[in-house]
Amino acid sequence: MELDKSCPFLREYGNEQSLLSRPDGSSTFVQGDTSILAGVYGPAEVKVSKEIYDRATVEVLIQPKVGLPSVRERAREQCVRETCEAALLLTLHPRSSLTLILQVIHDDGSLLSCCLNAACMALIDAGLPMSYLFCGVTCAIGKEGQIITDPTTRQEKESRALLTFAIDSVEHNVLMSTTTGSFSIKELQQCIAISQKASEQIFQFYRDSVKRRYSKIK
Amino acid sequence: MDTVHARFKEKIGEVLLPGDVFSFSVPPPEGGDCGVKSEKIICGPGFRRNGEEVQVCKSGILRQKPPNLYWIDSQQRRYVPAKGESVIGIVTAKSGDIYKVDVGGSEQASLSYLAFEGATKRNRPNVQVGDLIYGQFTIANKDMEPELVCIDSCGRANGMGVFGADGLLFKVSLGLVRRLLAPQSEIVKDLEKIFPFETVVGLNGRVWVKAKTVQQTLIVANLLETCENMTSQQRQTLFKKVAGGSF
Repeated sequence: MELDKSCPFLREYGNEQSLLSRPDGSSTFVQGDTSILAGVYGPAEVKVSKEIYDRATVEVLIQPKVGLPSVRERAREQCVRETCEAALLLTLHPRSSLTLILQVIHDDGSLLSCCLNAACMALIDAGLPMSYLFCGVTCAIGKEGQIITDPTTRQEKESRALLTFAIDSVEHNVLMSTTTGSFSIKELQQCIAISQKASEQIFQFYRDSVKRRYSKIK
Repeated sequence: MDTVHARFKEKIGEVLLPGDVFSFSVPPPEGGDCGVKSEKIICGPGFRRNGEEVQVCKSGILRQKPPNLYWIDSQQRRYVPAKGESVIGIVTAKSGDIYKVDVGGSEQASLSYLAFEGATKRNRPNVQVGDLIYGQFTIANKDMEPELVCIDSCGRANGMGVFGADGLLFKVSLGLVRRLLAPQSEIVKDLEKIFPFETVVGLNGRVWVKAKTVQQTLIVANLLETCENMTSQQRQTLFKKVAGGSF
């Protein structure tokens, strides 16, 4: 769990695609004990008040495990929505809506990055055109300055800063970042570098996952 | 440019993800006497051209039709209207001179009442709300409302129009529908051996089936829905079990 530049530690992750029969694409992503179920509907009809004349309207809904969605979920929805809007080719479906619904099954830390991973896999499953894939990585900076990737809830509570990045698959740029806590510029750059390294593992996992899915069709 | 074909060829049958890139930069001609032969490559669905690169924008298996047609074969459930495709639509509304038809896309398609065989301004076709229509798209792009017709360019119906007095309409994935409509489809050949039935297959994932009895209709519908994810071996054992057993 300590900082290891060559191979950042990620909890055991797993993924299943096309598990729901109603949505156009669905997936579930598990990181350690954190588990998210995602469903995608689109391109579908959109209300005239929400339609955009030259591109698709992306809506993201995050349902927490207990209770009604609150401001915290709205903030996460905005992060996921902005990442999806950057990765999807929205101009191919003007005046349509793409709805992404994320249900939190269990939250044990790194919730936003698990949401991003589940969202990306669901979009791949739905066959929506994308210019690149994206993944989410969370880093926590502990009190002594050690950087922990993919923290659990306990590690998040004991940290002094929490940073989540969305990384793209082609050039490994940062698409979205959201942070809480205080940290120095050097620590920020270190976290970005570690996240970019960790994203390579996740993209390789995406590739293996999709290969497994298509293996029966051949 | 042999490298163009070579780069595609080495990936045929492999699973590609959005973001994978094939770049074709023409090397400057050296020497001058042997000119670089320029070849034409036809890129089908799943590819997008970005200057000198061809990017993959959907996940799927790279397929080739010799000599130079390449496309990504992807699994999808949602239909996006495309010109020339024949689909099954459900009439949802009649407004003035056109019918509104639901084809499963993001917008409803419009079907003019004159687009039927033998229809004139005085002789309107007998189409009610809720009827099933088999038609072809004449206009289907991302900027305009899709338009269906039920006649071909010669003015004949050619199998299109209203259908489906009895029978069952259900939805499958687009990949299965393309496999059913392929010229020598194994699934259709296997199904024919079980019992006779009538079927209409729309490229929007909708299939209409009618057999002699209601039970047979339901059996065929269930078989089609389940054989999506089966290998041909599993499918043939299942069909044999059904043909021998329940009736």
